[in-house]
Amino acid sequence: MDDILGGLVGALRLLLSGDPDIWSIVLLTLRVSGIALLISAVIGVPIGAWLAFRSFPGHRFVTTLIYTGMGMPPVVAGLAVYLLLSRSGPLGMLGWLFTPRAMVTAQVLISLPLVIGLTTSAVEGVVPELRLQLKALGATERQIVQAILWEARAGMLVALVAGFGSIISEVGAVMLVGGNIERSTRVLTTAVVLETRKGAFDQALALGVILVALTFFLNALALRLRGYLAHARG
Amino acid sequence: MLRRWLVVFLVVLLAACGSSNGAESTAGQAQTTAEPTAGQTETAAEATPGQAEATPQQLGGRLRLATTTSTEDSGLLDAILPDFEQRYGATVDVIAVGTGQALKLGENGDADVVLVHARAQEDAFVEAGYGLYRRDVMQNDFIIVGPPDDPAGVREAADAADAFTRIAEAEALFVSRGDESGTHTRERQIWEKAGITPDPASGWYQSLGQGMGETLITANEQQAYTLADRGTYLSMRDRLPDLTIVFGGETVAENPDPSLSNPYGVIPVNPERHDGIRADLAEAFVEWITSPEVQEMIANFGQDEYGQPLFYPLATPEGQS
Amino acid sequence: MSTLYALEHVTVRYGARTVLSIDHLEIQAGEFLAVVGPSGAGKSTLLRLLCFLERPTTGTVRYDGRTWPDGAPLDVRREVTLVFQRPLLLDGTVEQNVAYGLRLRGEPADERVAATLELLGLSHLARARARTLSGGELQRVALGRALVLRPRVLLLDEPTANLDPHNVALIEEAIVALHREHGATVVIVTHNLHQARRLAPRTAVLLDGHLVEDGPTDVLLEGRGTDPRTRAFVSGEMVY
Repeated sequence: MDDILGGLVGALRLLLSGDPDIWSIVLLTLRVSGIALLISAVIGVPIGAWLAFRSFPGHRFVTTLIYTGMGMPPVVAGLAVYLLLSRSGPLGMLGWLFTPRAMVTAQVLISLPLVIGLTTSAVEGVVPELRLQLKALGATERQIVQAILWEARAGMLVALVAGFGSIISEVGAVMLVGGNIERSTRVLTTAVVLETRKGAFDQALALGVILVALTFFLNALALRLRGYLAHARG
Repeated sequence: MLRRWLVVFLVVLLAACGSSNGAESTAGQAQTTAEPTAGQTETAAEATPGQAEATPQQLGGRLRLATTTSTEDSGLLDAILPDFEQRYGATVDVIAVGTGQALKLGENGDADVVLVHARAQEDAFVEAGYGLYRRDVMQNDFIIVGPPDDPAGVREAADAADAFTRIAEAEALFVSRGDESGTHTRERQIWEKAGITPDPASGWYQSLGQGMGETLITANEQQAYTLADRGTYLSMRDRLPDLTIVFGGETVAENPDPSLSNPYGVIPVNPERHDGIRADLAEAFVEWITSPEVQEMIANFGQDEYGQPLFYPLATPEGQS
Repeated sequence: MSTLYALEHVTVRYGARTVLSIDHLEIQAGEFLAVVGPSGAGKSTLLRLLCFLERPTTGTVRYDGRTWPDGAPLDVRREVTLVFQRPLLLDGTVEQNVAYGLRLRGEPADERVAATLELLGLSHLARARARTLSGGELQRVALGRALVLRPRVLLLDEPTANLDPHNVALIEEAIVALHREHGATVVIVTHNLHQARRLAPRTAVLLDGHLVEDGPTDVLLEGRGTDPRTRAFVSGEMVY
């Protein structure tokens, strides 16, 4: 019980103290996951929508691949990225290993299947008969696609929220490819692991509380955004 | 309104993106300004680096040091590395992982220098040509910790192998790191010496696959015996009320069993095998950590906090062990 | 009156099943035509053909004297609109839905939308979200988004099925207004023979995908049609 209370109090104290280490960890966490989500969104949403609209030989195979990706253990993605970016690996010359770039890469790999899969689901959820009715109102193919995508906007937002959730709380992959290096690749999750390993549970809990609070705040923002989108003009 | 906040958020994110990414450019290019030594512990403060005779070159860039979690967790590196960073104008990226992984990183060229404590594996590493050579740095020791009431009678043991034998015969709870770490390797060697092969399915022997800290916590929770490195145990002592040292003495000097000594070796990674290895920084690091001044810093580390040093310097002038 | 639509030897087949078979049908510009028949008779398919949403398996559908084997061009398609039996609105307000077609065409919407909402008694619901509407309100909005376009051809598939008399009246008035004021050609598929008699001078009878007969509404619906099947349909002898 002491640990829990200590953790909550500790979290507040950590944040308010303006401790530069903590702030650098928090900012790095946001930065890495934020950029990873952005990349996932930019790549994943169009692919997801495209999969919902088009059928082609091998469509089912691709979908199975995506579902598998959604359930893949993130640390496996981390391992794959490590092997790619290692100096003895094919992309070693990039020098990305143990830098935030490697972490972003791993997180993109982890969140992409989720973003794609849920976007496809959201677009497919739009009643197919709608297409014909929009055509009857004089819509071009392009305008139909636009309308359907707009109809699916709530579901797409969920795809992004899910994608974000999958990476902000991930620890194995970023530990592997980032190295948990103080001041340069240490994020909230890896910091929690470090403190736990050292037995400093109150510190670990404090960091955990910060992480949860951060996630909560961002999700509240997402919900606001969803409400805004629901009422926005298409 | 919401749109504006989103834009602000994105801009902040991207702005933060620009700043650090520039600094992490390809290894060895940027001249990093020396890091100001913030928040020094008392131990490092009293071990102020003496002025080196020759002014060391400002080599710049980043040195990747792969080491073990227990080494990092002891706090030693936090205490002494700023001195290196200042002298050579470089940043040290400490990647703390398991022993096996640290050596693997060296093998793959993802680290420039390796600091571990698993002699046999270190020798094999150099033998295989992954590392240039090995130098002794420091040593501490392993101890056996367990419940204060000591059901297996470990306190009467003559040596570590005897202690393990008593535990096996009493079928007392024993937790093992089980992770191929230096500690685990040593534990296996002791079992071997005792002629016992503990079976994880037996119930009294638990192989965790975890780090030292977690293993100690588990031992504490379960009132079990375990083999630990003294440094980690001391740093966590306050949090382990139900564990005590049952074999190994209260200080390194008092440890009756030489087979429990735990020497650390530093190995610069062979630059011929991969591109981009900072061999210059690695060499400098080896020189630095085996230099008399730094060896003294190592010897003094932990005195104030634990009443005893956590590490004993081992580096001899010639370097080879 | 000039011939707007001319269907010749038209069939629509899905696999082995013939869903629609019309040997010859003409629809005059500015006409008000009712299409009656039991469920599954192919009435909806006929409307989809007339709206260029589907192409016949065999035969030709001429519009304004022309055919387009590869599909009608956009500007032609936009002269015709169809109100579906189960209308689907977009996730937005009533206003946004009614304005949709105009916005597609890049035409100014606000005034015309307001007028249409007024006509259909929907002004108080302008900002209401589509998913909160009742059945009758939904149907009116669907009609509104079609009426506001002032199309050359207005096709309606059971626009008042399952609605209360108040809504039926409102909708019928609006359709008639469009027909009268703008000379739109109207084709209404209906179950309701009384409605056919109220609104359409001419009626076509579809049974089992086949155009059985077409002619003056009062003649057909008073049991004086030439084809015995029409008489059976109208008299109630035919079960449907």
